[in-house]
Amino acid sequence: MTSHDVQGADARQRESYKHGRPKEEYQKFLGKKMLFFLIIILAVILLAGLAVTFGSANLSVKDVYAAILAKFLPGYFQTTHFADTIVWGLRLERILMGIVAGMGLSVAGAAMQGILKNPLASEFTLGISSAACFGAALAIVMGAGFVGGEYLVIGNSFIFTLIASFAVYGLAKYKGITPETMILAGIAIMYLFSAMTSFLQYVGHAEQVQEVVFWMMGSLGKATWEKLAIITGVLAICLPYLILKSWDINAIGAGDETAKSLGVDVERTRVISMILGALITASIICFTGTIGFIGLVAPHITRMVIGGDHRFLLPGSALVGALLLLGADTLARTILAPVILPVGIMTSFLGVPFFVYLFMRRRKEFW
Amino acid sequence: MVNITIKGLKFGYNGSRILDGLDLVIDDSEVLGLVGPNGSGKTTLIKCIDQILKPRGCILLDGIDMASIGRKEIARRLGYVPQSSSTPLATTVFDTVLMGRRPHINWHVSDNDIEKVSETLELLDLQDLAMRDFSQLSGGQKQKVLVARALCQEPEVLLLDEPTSNLDMRHQLEVMEMVSHLVKEKKISAVMALHDLNLAAMFVDKLAILKGGKIYRAGCPADLLNAENIREVYGVEALVMNDLDRPYIIPLRSIQKR
Repeated sequence: MTSHDVQGADARQRESYKHGRPKEEYQKFLGKKMLFFLIIILAVILLAGLAVTFGSANLSVKDVYAAILAKFLPGYFQTTHFADTIVWGLRLERILMGIVAGMGLSVAGAAMQGILKNPLASEFTLGISSAACFGAALAIVMGAGFVGGEYLVIGNSFIFTLIASFAVYGLAKYKGITPETMILAGIAIMYLFSAMTSFLQYVGHAEQVQEVVFWMMGSLGKATWEKLAIITGVLAICLPYLILKSWDINAIGAGDETAKSLGVDVERTRVISMILGALITASIICFTGTIGFIGLVAPHITRMVIGGDHRFLLPGSALVGALLLLGADTLARTILAPVILPVGIMTSFLGVPFFVYLFMRRRKEFW
Repeated sequence: MVNITIKGLKFGYNGSRILDGLDLVIDDSEVLGLVGPNGSGKTTLIKCIDQILKPRGCILLDGIDMASIGRKEIARRLGYVPQSSSTPLATTVFDTVLMGRRPHINWHVSDNDIEKVSETLELLDLQDLAMRDFSQLSGGQKQKVLVARALCQEPEVLLLDEPTSNLDMRHQLEVMEMVSHLVKEKKISAVMALHDLNLAAMFVDKLAILKGGKIYRAGCPADLLNAENIREVYGVEALVMNDLDRPYIIPLRSIQKR
């Protein structure tokens, strides 16, 4: 061995000392992911407590947590009737709706982006949101729908969301289900329903048009415990299933052929994940109206911090989405109080600068 | 030792037939090279063997029709290395290779799985890239990572689709040496589609020349790589030198079809 070889070997040895074994590096990365989860969970809990205090009734954060905990542990925590009424009767529904809706929209977005391998996949690009808008507009302007009474708007937007999802699936199936055909079919459906909504707005009265526009901006103001229970129920079924399928979604991200070679039933996984994503989105936006941006951006933000492994990305996106929507709604309620802004506007105002900051700071290629 | 017997394999895209009654047997721990001109069906054959494509005809894996074997079971026995991989979403090299454990796990990743990935990365000298983003690697590094992923499946047969395309001379040799070494060390078989006949002459134990969707000739590279076969299959006039202990091909001119 020449002295040159020895020097080269030494250099390589020194280089290898810079890194631990791959196993140790990986476990360190897992630790970082767990820390991220912990931080976001704490942030959501703190922000939720803080958000309840905002409003005309003068409650402290301590009063809020006492009122919440007294419900579960009445022997250990004491609260006043006034605090109990404000927290449980007025504010908590809205706060929890923000958390659950944020979680659902983000999980649906992350799953759709994963299975379609497309950073733009969201409830908007797949035509789901515009179908929901049309369903709501049809109920508001024409009074026509699948169900009557107070559920007319909600029922209509839910059913049209599912119709759009099946139309996208049907069109894509006809051409062969690939990410491209699904996105193209989604965009076609989006334009169709947007045009039909525009037509309804054109023929509707001023008040009806105003109501449609307000619905399209999204709001958490109409939250009730009943609606919350429905969304939580849907999420409780769909989220575990999607997390269970996260290995398959990961493999699909590496290409359909690779996924097949790793034993994944690609088409089945894609269709079931799409249906579940659409179901989650439909169950949320039928109650809240369309809330944009969360489903698109929360998964991106999460991916930039903890990477693209869906075992962590799906729950991580849910937490980030909850934080984003709760933060946006809190700001929407307080920034021009007593006027409450539509939360859809705030989600963009809050999320875009943060997203751009992350995007500029981390010069990695993500897609 | 695994045995793959292919009988009367047919496959086509949109009416044009790519494989047209192809027969082949793979039964040794060795490197089998598939060569032939563009469109002769090398890549299609590899995808059919791995059941990524569903052909007509029969592929038997140890005597059992592969169409009746579950996807996961196939993935435990055959490891596919694509020509290139679309970038997984913000995924590290470690996570990319960990994906190879997919056929062996349901959801939970055990210490054993992590250890296997770690060992494979070290075996292929990729340990320093473990936490790098896969999309940021060079072509050669990516190819090695894809081989590592397939190895983590612990397959009996590695199927490689033109593993040296888009690589420079050094990386071509590195990848071929690596596969050759792995076949011997792990006592597995490798089937690889190749364009470079000189690389095939250097590294493969057995050669199958494809023409018109069928096997034109199969056997030892030294016997098959001659001027006549190259003219017949590729339509190229070539000088084949045998000064080294293997054939060395120098292409001279294409033969214009009139």
